[in-house]
Amino acid sequence: MIQTARDREVVGQYEGLLRALTGARAVAEAMRQVNPDVVAAYPITPSTPIVEAFSSMVANGQVDTEFVAVESEHSALSACIGAAAAGARAQTVTSSQGLALMWELMYVAAGLRLPIVLHCVNRALSAPLNIHCDHSDTMGVRDSGWIQLYAANPQEAYDHALLSGRVAEQPDVLLPVLHSQDGYAVSHSTERVELLPDDTVRAFIGQHQPNYSLLDTQHPITVGAITGPDYYFEVKRQTVEAMDRASDVIPRVLQEFGELSGRRYRMVEAEALDDADVAIVALGSSAGTIRSVVRNLRRHGPKVGLLQLRVYRPFPAQEVARALRGCKAVGVLDRSISYGAPRNPVCMDVLGSLPRGDGGPTVVGYTYGLGGRELLPQHVMGVFADLFRVAESGPWAQQLRYVGLRE
Amino acid sequence: MILPGWRKLSPGAVLRESGNAVQHRTGAWRAHRPVVAMTNCTHCMLCWLFCPDGSIETAEGRFLGIDLEHCKGCGICVVECPRNAIKLVPEVESAAGETR
Repeated sequence: MIQTARDREVVGQYEGLLRALTGARAVAEAMRQVNPDVVAAYPITPSTPIVEAFSSMVANGQVDTEFVAVESEHSALSACIGAAAAGARAQTVTSSQGLALMWELMYVAAGLRLPIVLHCVNRALSAPLNIHCDHSDTMGVRDSGWIQLYAANPQEAYDHALLSGRVAEQPDVLLPVLHSQDGYAVSHSTERVELLPDDTVRAFIGQHQPNYSLLDTQHPITVGAITGPDYYFEVKRQTVEAMDRASDVIPRVLQEFGELSGRRYRMVEAEALDDADVAIVALGSSAGTIRSVVRNLRRHGPKVGLLQLRVYRPFPAQEVARALRGCKAVGVLDRSISYGAPRNPVCMDVLGSLPRGDGGPTVVGYTYGLGGRELLPQHVMGVFADLFRVAESGPWAQQLRYVGLRE
Repeated sequence: MILPGWRKLSPGAVLRESGNAVQHRTGAWRAHRPVVAMTNCTHCMLCWLFCPDGSIETAEGRFLGIDLEHCKGCGICVVECPRNAIKLVPEVESAAGETR
């Protein structure tokens, strides 16, 4: 993502802040710099290292955060909602079953327009019980009104942890943000991470200006009042507007972050798509694997490309349509299943984003990586081979659907 | 009354005016209405104390009537009245507005 000489200069300034960090540890570091008012969290593998590292920071006085060790994830998000309604910057951390336990409150947080940040480490939902990575947890809350970001590596996990709060608190947005990193693949993998200086982060995050506060006794309010059929619909329509606004706000925040850090992120990251015949759309750590396969294959000729989705909600429909328009075939990799649906989540969203009618690519969905099943470079090459066949003669009967599955 | 469109609502539907529950006419939910036999009423105010909706009207420490805009007809006053002075009658049977 380093694109210019200026970017190199900026990055060069931060040479002294290079660390070898896991994705989890990198997020804890971001949380330290943000110094939220309240963190209410409950441990669950593989997000626990974030909570452990952060509670050490609390115990050591490195932050001013009120850390509330709650009895469950449901309580964790409840406490964050209460804190945010009282005007506090509130954050929490979870995975999988923990996120599932928060389900009813996800809708409450978004409905109340509270800028809560949830650091998620993606882990498969039971049953069967599995502690490894897939996206069933966060895909399960994709309709809740939370903004969703997916990090492909520890550097992105750190950066997204900083971006999340900033995006959430924008006055036009005021929506909670769920930012994810793949369990183990990112959370427990040590990579080179460049940190920003503490005061740069402080300036970027700014002072919290809550839209409302229960503690403001000069302006007493009621939060969470009941509505009848005469008001509910209008409140929800307003939330749609906020999510639409986020599509405009996020690129602006990303640009500002790019100038500060030298890492110029976009809602979607295109690799070799300008002249690609076939492309894969993916989010999370697999995007990194696919990117390296694309670069290798391109040396030998095949015109392959990758579209990495950094932002999943709001779905960057226009950017996706623009990026893929020249392709003959597109494979969308979903790391979760939507049972009974015509396609899996990301594939459905991609299909919904492409214009109807002739001229567009044939879109094919692939399921991969459930329960931590690894996506290896040879799997990616198999998908590209499949896509070349689709590009030539359309979808075919023996087509690959499940990548890495034992039939 | 014309209700506001979605653009006019405060984010998160936070209510910035206090005490507006009184505008919600929960009396419309009522299927039974309390009727008080004033000959038995000793103005002990227990009905007022127990009413969950604050729908017992009083004046100078004496029972005055029922706030029909908000009384839901739950019948707690009937159960709590120590003089059995209150009975519930179906809305459809009683004369309009009669509470005594």
